[in-house]
Amino acid sequence: MRTCVNDFAIKLANVNGTGSASANGLLMQAIFRMGIPVSGKNLFPSNIQGLPTWYEIRVNHQGWTARSLDYDLMVAMNSQTYAKDIREVREGGYVLYDSSWPLDPALVRNDVNFLGVPFAQLCNENFRDPRERILMKNIAYAGSLVAVLNVDMDIVTALLDQKYAAKKKLKESNHRALRLGYDYAKDHFTCPLAFHLETMDGNADKILIEGNMATALGCLYAGATVAAWYPITPSTSVLDGFKGLCEKYRRDPETGKNNYIIIQAEDELAAIGMVIGAAWNGARAFTSTAGPGISLMNELLGLAYYAEIPAVIIDVQRVGPSTGMPTRTQQADVMECAYASHGDTRHILLFPANPGECFEFGPKAFDLAERFQTPVFMLTDLDIGMNDWVVPRFKWDPAYQPDRGAVWGPEQLEKIAKFQRYFNEDENHVPARTLPGVDPKGSFFTRGSGHNKFGNYTETPDEYREVMDRLLLKHKAAAKFVPEPIILRQTDAQFGVLTMGGCDLAVREALALLAERGVVADFMRVRGFPFDSSVEAFLEEHDFCFVVEQNRDAQLRSLLIIETSVPKEKLRSILVYGGFPLSAKRVIDGILSSLGIPEPPAAELLTTGSGQPEMQIED
Amino acid sequence: MPSIAKPIATHPSLQRNELGLTIRDYEGAMSTLCAGCGHDSITAAIVRAFWELSTQPHMIAKLSGIGCSSKTPAYFVNGAHGFNSAHGRMPPIATGANAANRELTYIGVSGDGDSLSIGLGHMCHAIRRNLRMVYIIENNGVYGLTKGQFSASADVGSKSKKGEANRMAPIDPVMLGLSIGATFIARSFSGDKEQLVPILKAAVAHRGFALVDVISPCVTFNDHEGSTKSYLYTRQHELKATETDFVAPASEILAHIGQNGAVSVTMHDGSVLRFKGVPENYDPTDRSKVQTYLEEHQGKGEVVTGLLFVDETMPDLHEMNETVDVALTKVPYEKLCPGVEALDRFQEDFR
Repeated sequence: MRTCVNDFAIKLANVNGTGSASANGLLMQAIFRMGIPVSGKNLFPSNIQGLPTWYEIRVNHQGWTARSLDYDLMVAMNSQTYAKDIREVREGGYVLYDSSWPLDPALVRNDVNFLGVPFAQLCNENFRDPRERILMKNIAYAGSLVAVLNVDMDIVTALLDQKYAAKKKLKESNHRALRLGYDYAKDHFTCPLAFHLETMDGNADKILIEGNMATALGCLYAGATVAAWYPITPSTSVLDGFKGLCEKYRRDPETGKNNYIIIQAEDELAAIGMVIGAAWNGARAFTSTAGPGISLMNELLGLAYYAEIPAVIIDVQRVGPSTGMPTRTQQADVMECAYASHGDTRHILLFPANPGECFEFGPKAFDLAERFQTPVFMLTDLDIGMNDWVVPRFKWDPAYQPDRGAVWGPEQLEKIAKFQRYFNEDENHVPARTLPGVDPKGSFFTRGSGHNKFGNYTETPDEYREVMDRLLLKHKAAAKFVPEPIILRQTDAQFGVLTMGGCDLAVREALALLAERGVVADFMRVRGFPFDSSVEAFLEEHDFCFVVEQNRDAQLRSLLIIETSVPKEKLRSILVYGGFPLSAKRVIDGILSSLGIPEPPAAELLTTGSGQPEMQIED
Repeated sequence: MPSIAKPIATHPSLQRNELGLTIRDYEGAMSTLCAGCGHDSITAAIVRAFWELSTQPHMIAKLSGIGCSSKTPAYFVNGAHGFNSAHGRMPPIATGANAANRELTYIGVSGDGDSLSIGLGHMCHAIRRNLRMVYIIENNGVYGLTKGQFSASADVGSKSKKGEANRMAPIDPVMLGLSIGATFIARSFSGDKEQLVPILKAAVAHRGFALVDVISPCVTFNDHEGSTKSYLYTRQHELKATETDFVAPASEILAHIGQNGAVSVTMHDGSVLRFKGVPENYDPTDRSKVQTYLEEHQGKGEVVTGLLFVDETMPDLHEMNETVDVALTKVPYEKLCPGVEALDRFQEDFR
């Protein structure tokens, strides 16, 4: 048995809609407050009540908190999925289950340890209300985990006090249930287990936050005043967060009126239309959606591109195509966003990797949209957006001022005879625009139909081409303004590994583990499109590179092949697209198998529990 | 949308409005629609209405979708900001524009294809939001730009130019508007500028969404015998339910109001609508009475025109949202960004 302090993973198997989320969140937050790097991954169904749902908690003192596939402890609270859940525990690991009923002997594994706690029985004896009996089972298993994992009890009780400060009865019940589970475990098991928690000082300047809230905060600080959206998983909490923030920070102190407007549109076609209308008038406006919404927005994205109107689109990616798997994560909207809409179009993309970058890229997205007068997509995903991440506290530069780009007012208009919309371009090929209602001289006619550089209707080839060619140059110019890639070079690197977005942590962990085995690679995470010249340089300086991404069709690789001069033979794909957050194991397996290096013995690198493939837990 | 600039020559005797502008200052480029198109008459009525209202041209935002009707914003008020968007999508664009800047006067020009087919959902939701704007449907029952297909407003039995009869029930924007809470509903006829100009002026003054359905015959594809949107058919079947006078807020009301059956409605901005010639039992502020009246007369094949319904009590989008009184685009960034300290405090909740 391994003895691991602050380095293990547990998985909690629950039934959704039974209140397990609050118990799991409680544990997460308590571990975070103990100063230990931790992550929580919610693997949930597209359903409100009654289906299996899992929550994974990984702690790692080194900060490697990407998803683990190596479960030391399974909290098996869902009899529907017992068989699969028990199978997933690593050899020598533990299963904590409800022993109110006997466990089917067929499920028992000799190589794992079973910890039975009669949660249902304890709760039935101690609580009268049927609803409470179900809810409190969750807090009871949290109590047992506090005992076996050595979670700081004072922190847990403080969190309960804080959470239920206004609900005395509920607070009392929670404390009682916590104790029931805790005491039972203390009385019956050796506590703590060999793998357990010890307080450390890893989170002094960190916060525990979901990416969608961070995105909302970024939009708030960017000065967005108009948000239009249509509800869709997994992006809904961006607007929920933004609404909450606006209610707190955007009431005019003098009048009590709102310095913002949020419109729930009739569909995504309308949502992007509203953003375009608002931005045309000069407001910072955004929408938040997922892949299906982007599909609908395609029509008007072309209008915004061609008529040169800023727009910020948050795409919290989920699994496609079609409805796909709404509650699962993927990075499969890259190509769709890069060239969204009919005709020759190309857009600016940002790829944040974590909530910290969601916040940071928020204002950046608006700055780029206004500077380049064009749609800007921020591609996050369900893993980043809806899971709990420990990230450094967000910093705000008080000197920040929105980059409004080339907007002409009375001062500039006074000097010219007549304003022409697509005429006065700057060094980045962006023409000056005016805003409606500001100056009589600034009036112009916006159209999505063919227009020349003066903004007038045209069907003349040369006039049409002149504008289209400038738009291409404008897009190229944006490469210098998108966030530069993160590059980590090693001495004696044998190849390069590229990735984007939420793959970051798993890929870096994989490279660290591979380096221990003598497989050394440079790392690059692209953060924006169009690609900065350093992206192309990285590709050139390596004999070959792996591209790790979460989609079937190697979309980032495709984009690199289209938009750089790299020969496609140089780019090898590692594709993980089943819908769950990426783990280092998948990356290591992919790279080793591509290099023809045999799989290491399980103990040497990472174990895979029972060896079941990742996807099997869903069938 | 090809357009031809009009020669600028102003006769010194042209009358000037309160801003000192002549009616020529409210015109646009030369129309490229077919000669005799009803839409051009509507354009002329829009020009007159804005001139009479003395609206600052650059404070007007004129928006449209795609189609013959949607070309017309190029043909009025050159000094306004124009946005010819995508087919059916003008309402969302106008919604966003209005959300950002409530200080402009919004006028959207649409057609029956734009509003009753591809953009029907958007129009309905703009109505529900009571977005403050003038929304004109230039309704000819036919797709002109694609050469003569029936639109969703074509009446049952109405014949296409090739003689084919439409068999599907029409979508009537007036009845639709009544059923989903529209707060200003008018129907007019492009050939009747006397009726249309005051309606448009009242629509501009209206507190929320002003739906103006204008029967506008298509001379090329829908002005033949058997069509129910032709000049002849409309003239023969038009029933003027109301005659409306629009009295601007600053003007003294001299005319006598309150005669038999007459109704006056005070608009949100203090202007007054005077309804004359209103039939007995017709109250333009009573939704169900209006509905009953329209059903009765439309059953007889009559095209009921006039300002048919108005409700000045309903809040518009911004009033519902409790938005600040000024345009959101005017709120300085310093008021929008909570700053460093607030961020630090906020993050304490995530510890």
